Amino acid sequence: MSEQAHPKINYVKIWFVLLVLLTVSIIGPMIGIRSLTLITAFGIAVVKALMVCGYFMHLKFEKKIAWYILITILALMFLFFFAVAPDVMKHKGNNWVRPSPILLPVQGGGHH
Amino acid sequence: MSHVPVATLRSVTGIPTGRLAVWWVIASEIVIFGGLLVSYLLFRLYHGEVWGAEAAHTNTVAGAFNTFVLLTSSLFIVLAHKAAEEKNIKKAFQFIWYTIAGGGVFMMVKAYEYTTEILHGFTMFKSVFWSFYYTATGLHGFHVLMGMLIMAIISFDVKKGKNLHRVENIGIYWHFVDVVWIFLFPLLYIAK
Repeated sequence: MSEQAHPKINYVKIWFVLLVLLTVSIIGPMIGIRSLTLITAFGIAVVKALMVCGYFMHLKFEKKIAWYILITILALMFLFFFAVAPDVMKHKGNNWVRPSPILLPVQGGGHH
Repeated sequence: MSHVPVATLRSVTGIPTGRLAVWWVIASEIVIFGGLLVSYLLFRLYHGEVWGAEAAHTNTVAGAFNTFVLLTSSLFIVLAHKAAEEKNIKKAFQFIWYTIAGGGVFMMVKAYEYTTEILHGFTMFKSVFWSFYYTATGLHGFHVLMGMLIMAIISFDVKKGKNLHRVENIGIYWHFVDVVWIFLFPLLYIAK
């Protein structure tokens, strides 16, 4: 089965850009502004991940099937988060209260 | 007469069978790590201040250095793939072992971190944050070790000029391990 050649990519340049982004993502949160921390730490993490996927994994030049597989799985992860979040994030609602499971004392004796 | 697997003689998707299989492996790994990270995120958002205080005890310098090490090792393995494409066997072999060395450095830094943290009482059972920390980084570290082992095995075939396509395949796996760490680092080390 013949392999298609990858286009010429300057991998060292991509690596250097990744290191610059890493530096920004470390320095940004030190400033102490919450929104800036979110953008620099997590936003840049997404950009770095996309660069590694696109240029190092050659996903930018890969056949569409690889994209379909990955996007479907990522969509399932989003579904997991948003499906479970209402239960985890809220501890009370209309006519119900959920005590935090982490704070429950350990019962000896075994009554249920 | 050498046995050629039937799957390698045809492709429905246009991607070589081995590489397609690696993408499927990556997809399953996204579910594993994604599930763990989504669960961590849910708990972290719920327990904001308390977990932020726990996360203050992770070693950001070590985490940042490890991020640099993994990014550099990703560079080495993609350069190994480039060398393999150019049929430069010696260079491909060298770059694969530079990548393995990067993985080794990562694991040594991780060992130092674990030792320091455990000696200070931050064990897996101290709190749910530390349970997540050791589970996520331990699982990731296990993947780093397995990647190093597979790269070592592949390198000996590469040295003989055989199965050069496997350099790209293990490279894709290694880049995924790097991407997981790219997300673990801000979640566990930066968000304090």
